[in-house]
Amino acid sequence: MIENILINGLIHGGVYALLAVGFSLIFGVARIVNIAHTAFYMIAAYFIYTFSTRMGLHPLFAILFSIALVTAIGMVVYQLSIKPIQEHEITVLIVTIAVAMVFQEIVLLIYGGHFRGNPSLLTGFIQILGVRVSYQHLLTLIMVFFVLLLTWWILFKTRLGIAIRATAQDREVANLMGMNVNQVAMVTMGIAVMMAAIGGVLVAPLSVVEPYMWLHPLVMVLAIVVLGGLGSIKGSLAGAFILGFTETLVVFLIPLGAFLKGAFSLMIMIVVLLIRPEGLFGVAFEEER
Amino acid sequence: MEKWGRVLVLIMVSLFILFVGSTGMAQEIKIGVAGPMAFIQGQHHWVGAEYAAEEINAKGGVLVGGKRLPIKLIKIDTNEILNVPDAASAVERAITRDKVDFLIGGFRTEAVFAMQDVAMDYKKIFMGCGAAHPELCARVAKDYNKYKYWFRVTPINSMFLAKVDFILLGMVGKFIGMELGIPKPKVAIFAEKAVWADPIVAAAKENIPKMGMEIAGEWRPSATATDVTAELSAINASGSHIIFTTISGPLGIPYAKKWGELKIPAASVGINVEAQKKGFWEATGGLGNYDMTINTYARVEITPMTIPFYDRFVAKVGEFPTYNAGTNDAIRILANAIERAGTLDADKLVTELEKTDFYGAAGRIVFTKDHDVTWGPNFVTAVGTQWQDGKLMCVWPLDWEGITYKGAVKYKIPPWVVEKWKKK
Repeated sequence: MIENILINGLIHGGVYALLAVGFSLIFGVARIVNIAHTAFYMIAAYFIYTFSTRMGLHPLFAILFSIALVTAIGMVVYQLSIKPIQEHEITVLIVTIAVAMVFQEIVLLIYGGHFRGNPSLLTGFIQILGVRVSYQHLLTLIMVFFVLLLTWWILFKTRLGIAIRATAQDREVANLMGMNVNQVAMVTMGIAVMMAAIGGVLVAPLSVVEPYMWLHPLVMVLAIVVLGGLGSIKGSLAGAFILGFTETLVVFLIPLGAFLKGAFSLMIMIVVLLIRPEGLFGVAFEEER
Repeated sequence: MEKWGRVLVLIMVSLFILFVGSTGMAQEIKIGVAGPMAFIQGQHHWVGAEYAAEEINAKGGVLVGGKRLPIKLIKIDTNEILNVPDAASAVERAITRDKVDFLIGGFRTEAVFAMQDVAMDYKKIFMGCGAAHPELCARVAKDYNKYKYWFRVTPINSMFLAKVDFILLGMVGKFIGMELGIPKPKVAIFAEKAVWADPIVAAAKENIPKMGMEIAGEWRPSATATDVTAELSAINASGSHIIFTTISGPLGIPYAKKWGELKIPAASVGINVEAQKKGFWEATGGLGNYDMTINTYARVEITPMTIPFYDRFVAKVGEFPTYNAGTNDAIRILANAIERAGTLDADKLVTELEKTDFYGAAGRIVFTKDHDVTWGPNFVTAVGTQWQDGKLMCVWPLDWEGITYKGAVKYKIPPWVVEKWKKK
């Protein structure tokens, strides 16, 4: 059973990490609580469904088009509806809720409330430690780690990364040092939305594509970033895997209560916050900045 | 002069009576089709109703007291999947503003309860085509005068749904026993956490041991879960031979997909509403092959009406009809009752509807004393369907109580289950 929990926990945690890191990134840099983050994940899933299943495009092209299109939409949304009100954090929060709802309604109008699915890029499975792991899950896991590694490299090994971290540390000083903070925020938004889009295209073959598919991940992402410490990349990673493993543990140890896996995750978040209100890496993040 | 005055008054009164009489007489029969129109359930309600209305109107309409009246369908978007209270308001609006004469449809039990109350208050005949809860018809028995205007056409009562469910489970258990040499198969109960599934799970726990099978465990994922890989890994580890499913929501897609992809060595049987749809094959990328589910329609000759209806529905919508498309039978039953009664008067029609004995697309429809559709051999039975290489085949009834629907085929155990368990 331990090997089952280990492998399934890694898969769950990996997908959550992809979403949570993007969410944290844009919050850390621009103080934007982007509730529409998982709505981008949802429209990416619909795009890949349209390009690949409906239009018959090669899955690789469908993935690339979907990610590019969603990233472009994300940047347009930022430019038109977030940037003008960026200084008012609560207003941004409300506007992003509205943006998410608009996406949901548009999708509902175009595709209806049907449950869709995408075929796996790779079918079949491999036995790891006696556990059956599908190739699609394995591919997702590899892609998640690759994207997270790439994000880390951009943040810590490139000039853009320095600018992003500097803006996150102090927006005004970064501005005084000659950095175009608005441009940095926009690029960060692009990276964050791209991460959500990658999450969407990777999850689409594993899950169900439907207009409300953004809501559950949103709850989990919010729990993860609060658990890890708001804005902390390290915290989001840790939080994602903690909740991923918690959900898997519940399913294996209490099969009758499998439906409670979300509730258990949120309970862990509450317990951690009671002991450490700033989250797991709240302080560490401050130092890091 | 006085005489002329009297004549004029008489003419005016006659004209008034004539005017009132002509406007008071219905020119068409308005039937409100109530369902969540943005979703597949509402879409099937509507297309089923359209099919029947178009055919009846092509023959000139419904004969009412010597005059043929066309059927006019009014779309009522109940939005009940997203917001239950919207349903009652939508139905009330259709009755008061659109002046519908009859109502058909409904999907979610809790919404149908509310819609039923509104319809009964206005004494409107409401033919249910979506909710299976027994209480909807029990209300007719408890308070006949108020609820007599309610009739259920589809699906069969949930108690009978459960009965068919266990017949299907028993059939698969028998196949596993005979073909794989496993005398006491282990069954994993896999049911979404929803109120409607609880009685089925309770009955399963009681009945499975009585059926000569063993319970391997019980898994209850959330009805909105999107990934059940962990649950399936646990079922695999439990050594189950059969997975007894009770799923109505989107969960049915990732479940079947992962079940087929990971080749979990347990035959899947029970209720999986998503597996009743044509889009299931595409949604699972063919990995849902061999999944078996209870169903209302299949492309077999349940009655001579079934295949023509099924084919036309598929041609029009590109989807297999689900039980919500029972609106097709509902309109025909209603039209027949109107023609027999020669009136649109609800009370007189209730008496006629109670005499219904109609061969519809879903089977022979006869109402019970509490206005429920009768289940059993030679009535509506429901069907067991299994995906076999891209086709949804009817595998039950096949020589059950003397019933075999023409076109039904033998159930197939998934080859990977055979490979794993077949005694060498």
